[in-house]
Amino acid sequence: MSQYAIELRGLHKSFGKTEIIRGASLAVAPGERVAIIGPNGAGKSTLFNLISGRLKPTSGEIALNGRRIDGMAPYEVSRLGLARSFQVSNLFGKLSVFENLRCGVLWSLGYKYAFWKFLAGLADANERAEQLVRDLNLERKRDTLAMNLTYAEQRALEIGITIAGGASVVLLDEPTAGMSKSETARFIELIREVTVGKTLLTVEHDMGVVFGLADKIAVLVYGEVIAFDVPEAVRRNAKVQEAYLGSVLADAQAAEAGH
Amino acid sequence: MNASAKKYGAMGARDLIIWGIAIVVMLAAPLIFTSSLAITMLSQMGIAIVACLSFNMLLGQGGMLSFGHAVYSGLGSFVAIHALKAIGGGSFPMPVSLLPLVGGVAGLFFAVLFGFVTTKKSGTTFAMITLGISELVFAASLMMAEFFGGEAGISANRVVGKPVMGISFGPQIQVYYLLAIYTIVCTAGMYAFTRTPLGRMLNAVRDNPERVEFIGYNTQRVRYISFIIAGFFAGVAGGMYALNFEIATAEVVGAARSGAYLLFTFLGGATFFFGPIIGAVLMVVAFVMLSEITKAWLLYLGLVFLLMVMYAPGGIASLIMMNLRVWKFGKLGRVLGWYALLAVTGAVMFIGIAAMIEMTYHIQLNEALGPVMRFMGVELNVKSAAAWIGAIVVALIGIGLFEFTRRRFALHWGEVQGEIEAAIRARESA
Amino acid sequence: MEFFTISMLNGLSYGLLLFMLSSGLTLIFSMMGVLNFAHASFYMVGAYVAYSITRLVGFWPGLFIAPLVVAALGAAFEKYCLRRVHKFGHVPELLITFGLSYVALELVQLIWGRTAVEFQPPEVLRGPAFTLINSSIDGLRVVWGAAPAAMCSAADTTVRIVCSPFPATRGFMMFIALIMLVALWLMLTRTRVGLVIQSALTHPEMVESLGHNVPRVFMMVFGAGAGLAGLAGVIGGSTFVTEPSMAATVGSVIFVVVVVGGMGSLAGAFVASILIGVIQTFAVALDYSLAGALTSMGVLLSPAALDYSLLKLTIAQVAPILPYLFLVLILIFRPKGLMGTREG
Repeated sequence: MSQYAIELRGLHKSFGKTEIIRGASLAVAPGERVAIIGPNGAGKSTLFNLISGRLKPTSGEIALNGRRIDGMAPYEVSRLGLARSFQVSNLFGKLSVFENLRCGVLWSLGYKYAFWKFLAGLADANERAEQLVRDLNLERKRDTLAMNLTYAEQRALEIGITIAGGASVVLLDEPTAGMSKSETARFIELIREVTVGKTLLTVEHDMGVVFGLADKIAVLVYGEVIAFDVPEAVRRNAKVQEAYLGSVLADAQAAEAGH
Repeated sequence: MNASAKKYGAMGARDLIIWGIAIVVMLAAPLIFTSSLAITMLSQMGIAIVACLSFNMLLGQGGMLSFGHAVYSGLGSFVAIHALKAIGGGSFPMPVSLLPLVGGVAGLFFAVLFGFVTTKKSGTTFAMITLGISELVFAASLMMAEFFGGEAGISANRVVGKPVMGISFGPQIQVYYLLAIYTIVCTAGMYAFTRTPLGRMLNAVRDNPERVEFIGYNTQRVRYISFIIAGFFAGVAGGMYALNFEIATAEVVGAARSGAYLLFTFLGGATFFFGPIIGAVLMVVAFVMLSEITKAWLLYLGLVFLLMVMYAPGGIASLIMMNLRVWKFGKLGRVLGWYALLAVTGAVMFIGIAAMIEMTYHIQLNEALGPVMRFMGVELNVKSAAAWIGAIVVALIGIGLFEFTRRRFALHWGEVQGEIEAAIRARESA
Repeated sequence: MEFFTISMLNGLSYGLLLFMLSSGLTLIFSMMGVLNFAHASFYMVGAYVAYSITRLVGFWPGLFIAPLVVAALGAAFEKYCLRRVHKFGHVPELLITFGLSYVALELVQLIWGRTAVEFQPPEVLRGPAFTLINSSIDGLRVVWGAAPAAMCSAADTTVRIVCSPFPATRGFMMFIALIMLVALWLMLTRTRVGLVIQSALTHPEMVESLGHNVPRVFMMVFGAGAGLAGLAGVIGGSTFVTEPSMAATVGSVIFVVVVVGGMGSLAGAFVASILIGVIQTFAVALDYSLAGALTSMGVLLSPAALDYSLLKLTIAQVAPILPYLFLVLILIFRPKGLMGTREG
């Protein structure tokens, strides 16, 4: 049996007496691109927080490439090849775009806590960061401080820092939140380009994005995964229609995106 | 240095020139300011520069506010002074010139010891822990008389054995040059640190400690290692102190000294590398000269600090850099006039307030000298209502004028900044 | 026995004083995220202002007016200084309160001088509240007020009588602290303002988005916190000593209290205050040293070893560092504090 990139087995998470994740199970194959959708409050961000190590599950298991990662600290999970982006851009405000990206690559290239080497001399780190700047189309703003970028540029940098370390599993939390239609379309192209060959999990609300980007869709309702299948099957799933997709708006968005 | 390397943070020709000038200034200073007071002050500045730069490694580069940095420089001083005694007694064969390194190792050791607990937390809690450890060490210093020497402290003699090539470190000028070398080397070392992976990650931890964890770094480990390095340099400063003053007393680990590091580093500017250097120079000038001019100098200092936190949190360094930027865009002429106005109105305000403060001090402290005192060349009778009313009036007028001018200046400054930012954006889109 | 009782009461009173201070500090921290470095300075100013009012009018007016004056000063500082710095983040906020503590100390020294001042409690509080008389024949008895000299000594030298007075000022301190505690509890649980503050203890952003006039609430909370510190100052200054270093002495202890109790927890602050207050009071009274303990266990120590300061140290001499040792231990074994809810 080939290993799953990400596997959730009976995951539970409670905050005090409130149970947010009530037995979520999911198995994502390597290279799959999965969109996680669900109504507000379903627990999508909590799920991401659990997988990336920001929160500890109350019970259940999470496995990354067959290896259990539940209960690990975020940096441990990151070092095993899983990276995530944030819904609200989480950048290093006083560092430039280039510096932000360079920070993202340092650990993966093995530089760790070195204080005996100069950054200027790390050819591989500098090259990779420079490449990322080009990939993200941020060349003009290479030396601008992150806090001075426009919103869309910050979201791009957010993705950039996430993939900088070369993680094989990438979690994107509402990457296109707050963008206009044209910005979203361009951004989706960008995401597609930079995540070639990686396993991708995205939380999204825009159905057009979902149907355009994802191989499979997982539907999260009240902390449970009620469906996990290809887009057409999910659309036809009665439970899903009842819970989420039964709105005129969602239909219209999907129609607009041409699917 | 080729252009592409410069892009990645290597030093360019301009940086080398600045460093060169600074080194020349340090080495030539005693030849220009030859009085013994000047040389004493220059020596102290060297020590202060290393101490404040090490403090800023935590504050400015790492976002860690420490109320107890003097613990590491102070313990470095004590270990160094004991080492100096041992050298003098013949039981520790080491050249006196290497004494600061002994302090450095001591600082490193204690930073390893205390730093583990201290860096477990961040932000406000971190600050409180440093305060607690500072009080702990200070209180312990009054208890352990063998190591800390009780009230009298521990003293030693830095002149040991025969002079080597005419250098015995007896005369202050010889000590100065030794301290200057250490200052230069330590400054270079701490500057180099800012250009290493750990140094950059420390900045990242300052800006967004949570995100750091998601790119593979253990935030606490970054802080801990940086804390240890800062402790090392603080210890070196402590060793330099022991060498210079030949004595270490409990106050070198005290909260007052830690507070002084904080105050002056912040005043100099925590957001730029050279800010603490300015702060260190100010610290020595204030302690040595300002305290002679007026008894109220700590009060003035506190008020200046408050104003800085409110209006210029980047310190003097940031003020310099902001004006440098304005000058580069050719708009300095427009603000110079306003600066002059601010200076004049500020002076009026200051004279009024200072007169009241000085008069109050005079009443309290100089009873025996009678009611008349000299203030800025004018004789004031502290018992007369006229002097007081005069001072209050001057102060009120000054405050009013200053606040009026400041608001107009702020508007004008905002305009200039807006123009500069528009120019920058235009440049980027071109 | 009487030693234990009196020390316990003294410890409780000191602990309650610490709580008066740390509760204001916790409230300000919880609501505004600002750790008020100058909190102990408000304590000091309260003592000095009350001292001056006492000299002019009397102690009891001072008891009411001084906290109000300090509260007003605190509110003014919040409005004109702290508020401006709010947008720069938590470090500048801490720095500005640090600067205030510097300036407050210098101003106090400027106005009232650098030596201690005679801040006497009022006549009615000058003697003991009660006296414990432990007689080897009659046992333990309580006498209200001061015990007359005759009761404290016996003609017969075989009878041992020990009189332990409990100062009225200490009793008053406990009384005021308990009233304040009850009033605080009532306000927090029964009034609307209290409800807002309670929710701000754990969810300050939510309170903001609910539309409460946050700047005004901040100003009031800061002022109230300062006023509480000022009240503690009136009591502490008249019971102990009123001098410029009183801020520094109690200042670091209350920071230890809030960290040990758990940042943002009133209950934790209470427990930690009492704990530290009692332990310190007992420690100061105990004259045992490590050398003494070793000797009594039969370990032979050479004269040089006996002279070694670390072994010679009595618990009483070590007392000042106990709170800080406590701090370090808590941080190692229970970093969240005794009852911590929010991260610092």
